[in-house]
Amino acid sequence: MTFEPGITQLVIISIYLALLLGLGLFSNRLFSGSSKDYMLASHSIGPFLLLMSIFGTTMTAFALVGSTGESFKEGVGVYGLLASSSGIVHSMCFFILGVKLWSFGRKYGYTTQIEFFRDRLESDKLGIVMFPILVGLVIPYLLIGVMASGTVIAAATKGAFPDFFTATGGGVPGWIGSLVVCGVVLTYVFFGGMRGTAWANTFQTIVFMVLGVVTFFVIASRIGGQDSIWENLKLASESIPRDKLVRAGNPSMSYLRFATYMFVPLSVGMFPHLFQHWLTARKASNFKLAVVAHPLFIMIVWAPCVLVGAWAAGSLVELPPPVKANANAILPFLVARFSGDVLGGFLIAGVLAAIMSSLDSQFLCVGTIFTNDIVVHYGGKNRFSDKQIVIIARLFIILIVAITYGLSLLDYRRVFTLGVWCFSGFSALFPLILAALYWKGLTKAGAYASVITAFGLWCYFFYQSDFAGNPHYNVLDMMPVAPMLLGSTLALVLVSLVTPKPSEETLQKFFPAKDS
Amino acid sequence: MKYVVWSLVVILIILHQDFWNWDNANLVFGFIPVTLFYQVCISLGAGFTWFLAVQFIWPEKLEYIEQLEEKQGEE
Repeated sequence: MTFEPGITQLVIISIYLALLLGLGLFSNRLFSGSSKDYMLASHSIGPFLLLMSIFGTTMTAFALVGSTGESFKEGVGVYGLLASSSGIVHSMCFFILGVKLWSFGRKYGYTTQIEFFRDRLESDKLGIVMFPILVGLVIPYLLIGVMASGTVIAAATKGAFPDFFTATGGGVPGWIGSLVVCGVVLTYVFFGGMRGTAWANTFQTIVFMVLGVVTFFVIASRIGGQDSIWENLKLASESIPRDKLVRAGNPSMSYLRFATYMFVPLSVGMFPHLFQHWLTARKASNFKLAVVAHPLFIMIVWAPCVLVGAWAAGSLVELPPPVKANANAILPFLVARFSGDVLGGFLIAGVLAAIMSSLDSQFLCVGTIFTNDIVVHYGGKNRFSDKQIVIIARLFIILIVAITYGLSLLDYRRVFTLGVWCFSGFSALFPLILAALYWKGLTKAGAYASVITAFGLWCYFFYQSDFAGNPHYNVLDMMPVAPMLLGSTLALVLVSLVTPKPSEETLQKFFPAKDS
Repeated sequence: MKYVVWSLVVILIILHQDFWNWDNANLVFGFIPVTLFYQVCISLGAGFTWFLAVQFIWPEKLEYIEQLEEKQGEE
């Protein structure tokens, strides 16, 4: 039996999305109805689920689609830019920030970052300043996932409906693909809350890791047209142009740019969705597995993608002009070109898994921030019942999904470039969280100065880069994140030194005598 | 051990800079670009370093919170 091209992939993607919906609805059966259960899974997450949900949340379209596309454009140096540096820096953030924040969260009942900062810095209005900045930085991150999901579905289903969708060669148009993915994620986040999200993340992380490795071996075994995989590997790598094998001469890979890229992964220290995941841990020691395995998991996902992206730049692969022009379409194209329809469908499901495992946490987190830090905080804790709080969180999640989807229809940017800008903004806020945990001298005014400086510099550089339109934009040959980080650190330290410290009571709360 | 672990982290950050391979187009085992192979080794080194960290310098005082939580759970 033969189908139209793209139909098999469409059926597999549909079954995968249906499975996720089922998982989300099933997790709803374990939902206790309390806001603590909806937002933090009642602090019940063990080491394996914590590792998988943190890793799945951190790896997005950026990891699979973005890394392949960027390697195609810039060469294999991309791995060093973000993957190996993230292995060092992410685990460091889990170790020095995550565990400590978890302990404060458990002791004092925090759900969001803003609650912690308000308490630590004795400042109610700091939350007002941080809310739009955190949400504003999460939205481009969400956009990355929503846009990429539409792109991969369109590429994978090409030929399925030639009479309906002529503009996309018969593929399901990006706007429909994105809409369906948003709908599925919204449904399981809506019903399952944090527990559904953690389960879905774990399931999806396993799916995309396994299928990522399978993709690599399938492409590797067929790319050179030889019988032996070893011969194909050699042929494929020998075909990589020299400028994709080395960093010399590449404007994206100057020494300073490469070195300052290391600041970008500091963003995980300030990701609000990761903060929320940290708080789901049942106990501190549950972090151990995530700290150790995270760099290795990054390697398993990134190394094959980067190599495949470089192969795509070689002479063995002939790329149609539209694919060449759209870095995000490289991986879906290679999958379609070198694997059969069935495997191709599974692999696209794997790519969607990576995307959705980040989208869910981000949607849930934005809903949680709005509910806790704005509605409940200013409305009064006793004004709403626990049930009402869950309803408000759910309504805001629907709103944020709708806004993100609407924005995704407006413009297109390279996934990798947009992601780096988003991460850079969070990285610029890193000094604040570090100082809040380890420096008694941090003051409320110092925190304001740091946040405002970081945000001001981010806006200025983002504007200068043509709103992420220029992927090679730099500041004195450095990544913009470097001056942003320097500026926010200087503002934090200098202003803190000359302004009044928090009360002794607060310092005792966060720096008890036995810690010093 | 604290100094050993944090020294290893600093060494990894320095080794990660990798400017000595900037113009090296060799293929390791005939198919892995040396730039990629070297950085994959950095990833493995990071895994090992963080393994040492959780084994030897884990903040044990947090166990106190865990015990407190468990006690509250039992009550």
